[in-house]
Amino acid sequence: MPPVRYWQENGKDENQAGGDGGKAPQQKEPKTKKRKQEEAKGGGKKFISGKPDPFPGPAPIPQDRLDKFKRKETIKKRRKQHYKLKDMISRSEETSQMAQKQAARFDILLPEDAGFLEGEEEEDTCTISQEDIADAVDITSGAKYFNLKLSQFGPYRVDYSKTGRHLLLGGRRGHVACVDWQSKQLMCEINVMESVNDVKWLHTETMYAVAQKKWLYIYDSNGIELHCIRKFNDVLRMQFLPYHFLLATASATGFLQYLDVSVGKEVAAICTKTGRLDVMCQNPRNAIIHLGHSNGTVTLWSPNQREALVKMLCHRGGVRSVTVDKSGTYMLTSGMDKKLKVYDIRTFKPLNSYFLPAGASCLSLSQRGLLSAATGDIVQVYRDVWSTPVTKPYMAHRVRGTAWGLQFCPFEDVLGVGHGDGFTSMLVPGAGEPNFDGLDANPYRSVKQRQEWEVKALLEKIQPELITLNPNELGQVDNATFTQRHQDRVTALGFDPLAKEKFVPRFKKKGRSSTGSIEKRKKKVAHEDLRDVIRETVEDKMKVAKERKEKDLKTGVSSGTKSALDRFKK
Amino acid sequence: MAKMSKTKTMSSKRVKKSSEGSETKKHVVYDEEEERLNEADVNITSEEEEGDDGYNDERKRQKLLEAINALGVQRKKKLAERSEASVYMSDFTVTAEGEGDKMDLSELIVTVDKNPAVPAKTKKQLKNLEQSKKTIECSLSKQESERIQRDVAFQKASTEVSKWKGVIKQNQRAEQLLFPLNQEPTGPKAMERVVTRWKVQTPLEQDIFALLSANKQPINDPILTPAEEASLSAMSLEEAKIRRAELQKARALQSYYEAKARRERKIKSKKYHKVHNKAKRKDFLKQFDEMIKTNPAAAIEELNKVELARMQERMSLKHQNSGKWAKSNVIISKYDKGARKAMQQQLEVNKELTQKLMTSLNNEEEEEVGSPELMPGFVNDTERGLDSSNPWMRGKLSEQPSERIDNLDFTDEGAVVVGNKTEEVNFEEVEETAEEALLREFGHRRKLRLVQEAENMPVIFVDHDNKAAAEYTSNKEEKQLSEFKSLFQVIANSRQDAEAVQADSAEDANQTDSAQLEEGERIRTPEDVEFLSQELSTDEAPVQPQPIQATEKLPSAALKTGKKRKRKRGTELKEVLTTEAKVIQVPIAPAVEDTEDSDEKLEQRGLIKEAFAGDDVISDFLRDKRNQEDAGRPKVVDLTLPGWGEWGGGGLKPSRNKRRRFRIKTVLPPPRKDQHLPSVIISEKRNCSISLHQVNSLPFPFENHMQFESTVRSPVGRTWNTEHTVKKITKPKVITQLGSIIEPMAREELVKNKKL
Repeated sequence: MPPVRYWQENGKDENQAGGDGGKAPQQKEPKTKKRKQEEAKGGGKKFISGKPDPFPGPAPIPQDRLDKFKRKETIKKRRKQHYKLKDMISRSEETSQMAQKQAARFDILLPEDAGFLEGEEEEDTCTISQEDIADAVDITSGAKYFNLKLSQFGPYRVDYSKTGRHLLLGGRRGHVACVDWQSKQLMCEINVMESVNDVKWLHTETMYAVAQKKWLYIYDSNGIELHCIRKFNDVLRMQFLPYHFLLATASATGFLQYLDVSVGKEVAAICTKTGRLDVMCQNPRNAIIHLGHSNGTVTLWSPNQREALVKMLCHRGGVRSVTVDKSGTYMLTSGMDKKLKVYDIRTFKPLNSYFLPAGASCLSLSQRGLLSAATGDIVQVYRDVWSTPVTKPYMAHRVRGTAWGLQFCPFEDVLGVGHGDGFTSMLVPGAGEPNFDGLDANPYRSVKQRQEWEVKALLEKIQPELITLNPNELGQVDNATFTQRHQDRVTALGFDPLAKEKFVPRFKKKGRSSTGSIEKRKKKVAHEDLRDVIRETVEDKMKVAKERKEKDLKTGVSSGTKSALDRFKK
Repeated sequence: MAKMSKTKTMSSKRVKKSSEGSETKKHVVYDEEEERLNEADVNITSEEEEGDDGYNDERKRQKLLEAINALGVQRKKKLAERSEASVYMSDFTVTAEGEGDKMDLSELIVTVDKNPAVPAKTKKQLKNLEQSKKTIECSLSKQESERIQRDVAFQKASTEVSKWKGVIKQNQRAEQLLFPLNQEPTGPKAMERVVTRWKVQTPLEQDIFALLSANKQPINDPILTPAEEASLSAMSLEEAKIRRAELQKARALQSYYEAKARRERKIKSKKYHKVHNKAKRKDFLKQFDEMIKTNPAAAIEELNKVELARMQERMSLKHQNSGKWAKSNVIISKYDKGARKAMQQQLEVNKELTQKLMTSLNNEEEEEVGSPELMPGFVNDTERGLDSSNPWMRGKLSEQPSERIDNLDFTDEGAVVVGNKTEEVNFEEVEETAEEALLREFGHRRKLRLVQEAENMPVIFVDHDNKAAAEYTSNKEEKQLSEFKSLFQVIANSRQDAEAVQADSAEDANQTDSAQLEEGERIRTPEDVEFLSQELSTDEAPVQPQPIQATEKLPSAALKTGKKRKRKRGTELKEVLTTEAKVIQVPIAPAVEDTEDSDEKLEQRGLIKEAFAGDDVISDFLRDKRNQEDAGRPKVVDLTLPGWGEWGGGGLKPSRNKRRRFRIKTVLPPPRKDQHLPSVIISEKRNCSISLHQVNSLPFPFENHMQFESTVRSPVGRTWNTEHTVKKITKPKVITQLGSIIEPMAREELVKNKKL
């Protein structure tokens, strides 16, 4: 029931009044006209022509959708406030509420729904084979299930570009290929004639990084070597932080290095002192790098701190794989103890723990929160690992060799598996995000759009200094003390700007700059400030003493009575 | 020469005129310069015309005569008649003849009398003026009058300017200003506004409008129907203003009254309230007396009210001695007069409030009220006075020795006399019997236990009474007591040993079974030790249980608990790692078990590690964490220098006092973030790279950081907001129209704003 407006009420009244008031005064017209002219002068009144709105007012927004876009709790208003402060707070409150409402209202513009796999009665979804799914779905989706038989250059690492259009394959024995996988168009194929540890797309599909046996190389989409970065050696794993334009690498020597690909500069090189680093992932929410170690710990790193931000003991054996979900809430780890663990990475508390009989060597999370785990040659996919205890996988598929690299394709219901015998593209219904943000990652963008996006993304690049565990920290007031800030400043500048200059005696000729005289001159100004202080205090003391003496004298005079013993006083 | 002669003649003429000028009141011009010139000329002529004597004599004589003449006429200022018109006229030269004389009003109004044109009224007024002898106040000095003028002008100007204040403030606070002001709002206009000039022409239209008006439907403006208009016109602007003013006044009065009441309520003075209440009561009684005569029914009602209040007061526990304050005061009042007085006052209040109102209206009930002496004053307390000598019945075990010292003096006087005179002072303090000591001892134990229960902390008590007791024992019956003491000690020790052994065995058991550890062990706290010894003391003679022993036991107990905590943390961590995991069944078993591993050696090592995984990982981690914690803990800086202020050398340590004085303790840092997370180490290092980008001092209007943070919490950019929102958020503070002239605000603007 919409709220009743005042004209509706009046309408009723008029209907009632219509019976008795037969004649309408025609003379009334000019009067109303006059009033209206006045109104027009005053302005600020709204007119509604035509029919009344049957649903007046803005459309209501469901509370749950509103809550989705809530930023933070509002603070309580104090009674006594400066009027400017009052204005400012109320205005910001208003705008944030408006933003929230608008966002909730526009949420309706994301029309696509994610699909899912549903078995028949008593049928496990994990027993449904890929061929069945490919047969059941439409032909374009069915074409997304395919195998690439590349048995020669053995196990493959996989990487999808941010838009999900392009696929990069890196064979252990030097084979690197990039494919527009939906059209199955080969962009380039090279053999680097060296062992390849990892491959990674950079910000666009025109460039990719390959971690080879010794150095880190960057190639373009035609397979032309652009850079060989000698500063980055023995790289085992790489992660690309898309909003910071940082390529983070973990090496066999225990170094975590950050390369700014927009300017080609090494941002930070951190010696983690934890040995070989072959387990790595990033937290997409705050761009923190997670590293897994052989002593069962997972460490969190930012380029701004030389030591680990957080160190968590997750497994009793070594950590084999780590992954973090898109919202930065959950971290999943698998270890040598054949366990799969779910952590709430905001509070660092364990949520769930699963025992996988074979142990998972690779983990990957999809945009919608599906988890894929590779155990030997079996790739399993799980649903809702963190909210409800899982006993059975959602899907399972056997590939031809041991799975070596896993990644869900963004915006597609596809899981790419690199294994010993090539590459398999699996269909996983409900894996990808159905609604894409055209300004952020548009799978259907043209070259022109891509170029434009690149410029914009570079303009909006986030500086590496802003990487923190809590991304909201930037909006908080730094309540460090002055001394603390001064220390920071000193470390940043390399010298103390507030320090006093040291006295250096001027050079004098004719033998007057002998060591002795220099020392003498130095002594003249030595401890000058301290001397000043002492001088002042001494003066003050003298003054006080003098005053007291005078007072005593006065009181002595005023009291007047002299005792007989006063004569002995000095 | 010619000029000179001319002046001479002029001067002579002037003299002549001046002689007669006093009589005739003519306006003349006095030319000072000219006169001075004349004098100079005279001198020159006297010098020049020394030659011819005859002429000279004549001149001298003339001069003398002139001088004599001048003497007679009292040196009046010479006046010069303005005879010819000149372009330049000096103000200073204007004088009146007979300037020195006083002017009389009568002289001025002589002509008025004769003039018939002047009305009689003014004539009369003038006459009155003439007669009145009052002097007119002299006008203000120029400076003062100017100052007043300035003041007035300033006030005028400031009121004029302050009219603009509202508008200016409004503009300053406005979110957005659009210049030039008063633009017509852009955008689509309402239909009605566009077609105001439209007229009904065709018959169909006429019919429609007739119908509309017949049904009292709005024709031109659909917003306001006639009924609405009527409601709008029901109250004119004047009326509304008056009403508003009334409301405002009422609100103001209310606020004044509230403020007054608040102020009065805040007054803490009891006396003030007492007086206030008394006055109120008196007033009430007066009114009541009157009411009895005039309106008995109302009086009875009032009386009933009073009766009800009394009943409520009697039912409630207010103003009685059962409250927290009263209970505590009962104890204090023994030693504090003020507290006793307060207590009595409260009881008096109670009595007063529960007293029956004595009026003629309910006399008959008077008899039923018993005398207040029969009722116990302390309603909720235990019955007193039955057996006050029995300390057990009093609810308090300890009785202050001061009360009893007097009567005890007699019993132990002999002992005092016998004892050493030098120790007499000591003895006087200690004059108590053995039972007495025991009783007090119990009291102390109880108190102590209470205290310990309250704060659950080991408390070392060294009390005056204990000391006294100890002294007493050492002094007199040393031998006798030493036996008891040793006996007690042996027993106590044996018991404690037994307990300790028990605890140890329990702990051993716990080590084997961690689950039992958590609940099973009964931790032996100092309290227990205390209790134990107390139990003993009840059995034994008046022996002082060693408080030192108890305290000695303390650190060991604390240590034990500390150890246990540490061990517990380790187990906790283990628990975290060994929580039962849900086993996942996989329908397909992997055929290949990681055969393709390249670094097989590494994998081998991993496998080995896996086999021996567990404890060393955990212990490593724990060590790491402890190291981090220790690094974060502030260190105590010891600045003691041996040998300063005391003897130093080999084998000598600086005294404890000195060490304590020179030890600098730093403030404890805030608790670590990973305090409650056993398996996590969170770095406490400050991230100074982001602090460069953070706001480090609050901007102006904000009072605390919460306010500031709340205002910056929502993002502004297009990535997070809809287009409309972004435009709204980032709209400029001032918008000017290109090419239009922005004129200063006109006065009409002000008037319009006032109307609004």
